[in-house]
Amino acid sequence: MPRSYIIDDAMRKRFLLDREALVSAAVLQEEMAKIFAKCWIYVGHSSELKKPNDFVTRKVAGRPVIFNRDARGDIHCFLNTCRHRGAIVCTEREGSRRSFRCVYHGWAYRNDGVLGIVPGAEAYKGEFDTKELGLKAPARFESYRDFWFLNLDAHAPGLQDYLGRARDYIDLVLDQSPSGCMEIVAGTQEYDVAANWKLMVENSVDDYHLPSTHATWLNYMANSGVKIERPSDGRVLPTKGLAVDLGNGHFTTDNINFRGRPVAAWIPIYGEAAKPEMEQIRRELVERLGPERARRVADTNRNLIIFPNLVINDGSSVTVRTFFPDGPAKMHVTAWALGPVEESEAARARRLDAFLTFYGPGGFATPDDVEALELVQQGLANWQDDRWTEMSRGMGREDEQLNSDEHHLRIFWRRWNQMMDAV
Amino acid sequence: MPEVTRAEVEDLLYREAALLDEWRLDEWLALLTEDAAYYVPPNDHPEGDHHNTLFILADDIVRIRERVKRLMSPDCHAEYPHSRTRRLIGNVRILAVEGDLITAAANFICHRYRRYERIREYTGAYRYILKRGDSGLKIRERRVFIDAQELGSLGSLSFIL
Repeated sequence: MPRSYIIDDAMRKRFLLDREALVSAAVLQEEMAKIFAKCWIYVGHSSELKKPNDFVTRKVAGRPVIFNRDARGDIHCFLNTCRHRGAIVCTEREGSRRSFRCVYHGWAYRNDGVLGIVPGAEAYKGEFDTKELGLKAPARFESYRDFWFLNLDAHAPGLQDYLGRARDYIDLVLDQSPSGCMEIVAGTQEYDVAANWKLMVENSVDDYHLPSTHATWLNYMANSGVKIERPSDGRVLPTKGLAVDLGNGHFTTDNINFRGRPVAAWIPIYGEAAKPEMEQIRRELVERLGPERARRVADTNRNLIIFPNLVINDGSSVTVRTFFPDGPAKMHVTAWALGPVEESEAARARRLDAFLTFYGPGGFATPDDVEALELVQQGLANWQDDRWTEMSRGMGREDEQLNSDEHHLRIFWRRWNQMMDAV
Repeated sequence: MPEVTRAEVEDLLYREAALLDEWRLDEWLALLTEDAAYYVPPNDHPEGDHHNTLFILADDIVRIRERVKRLMSPDCHAEYPHSRTRRLIGNVRILAVEGDLITAAANFICHRYRRYERIREYTGAYRYILKRGDSGLKIRERRVFIDAQELGSLGSLSFIL
């Protein structure tokens, strides 16, 4: 039943979230229909399919899919299920294949989806037609600058319109590359979090938590020669950062950098030897983009949310991170590193090393995020007796909204609530 | 230099396992050489190179020491309170000896318990490069290959595996 899960009181400057939204199996079931079957959901990046016939398999929006290039090099997404009895037709995680053959009865599909082989086809009479039995594709499958998304709703607006102003920030990330092309680096990070998936949305952009959750990372930075001090004016972060509404439920932080960036803000962890190349990277940015845009690329960082479940962290390194619920209190997270295609070996190594200083299941920060989210979920067992989550921070602030406020969290929840409130 | 024996390698690995299970991480650091490294490759590219492949974890000695500082801090939320781990190491083999460097392999099972969590069971293989010096064998490199096809169910690798 449609209903509201938020109390959004502009007059009293209070925003409260009904914690049932984070614990209920019924809510999750509704999300599957109203969110994950309606929104554009990230599938993969063109660079994961380098050559014709390359494929990867993964789950997207809970569906096992094949993301592949056919023999001509065109990119597809197919539901990984045999049209005959439904078995997975590609059991490998990645590789190169001209066809996908179901092991059960031997139906085989070309990598453009066409059903090529049906053993004993002469036994089928009447209307049976192999032309109608190619691998099913999701209703929509579109890309923006090599990021491919599917949509299970045939009537959804196009991806370009859906992304809207979020495209400006994707463009800003991709400006790191002289050719405007970035690639997914080999190696996938996966981790489960025993928490509701929406808590990862909040956590990915909530900069309020940094000093407390990531105290040991800040200590590591300090030991490595990057002193990060809180200003005395009551702000919780050392530099100014904004929370920016991008429409359609998308939003980003937009922060002045204080933490080192492989493109192209040197910190001692990178080593003295890295300085000349990093200066060169910065010169190239200025020459290509002009000083102002170069400053945006090199000296600001951002965590961008594409509603509902894609995060691009452009911070200590660039991550592409997506997550999907497995029950109301659990999610699977998958993360990759993204780097400019023309990056030197040394720069690539630096990017990956910088990634591991903060991100991932073995990083100096992510495990503590995971812990915080799991503590939230454990605490939410009390939801019936302590019903409302407080999310009013920064509400009513007259000027810009800060990254350490909860403006952007409210953007997410308002959009989520609006979609869930639909019949 | 006398031949290194499997028993010597086993003694080192068992001692290391005990120090890690008991969270005596400063003593564990003393088992490492001054240029030691610790790697956990991603399960989809276990033989990858951390210079061009995103690992789960790739520490040089500086970051290993920083990791220990982090792990011993009450602000390391993911490991405070500490996980209880219990590791069983077997199938220890010496794969190669070159000068003072010994490559050795072992299998492990590491059970991990923490607070309300269900048990997590990490299984896999270690590959070590050990260095023989005046004070016996030390660890120059430890590389951990996790068997799980998907690391997901294992959660964070917030402790030293």
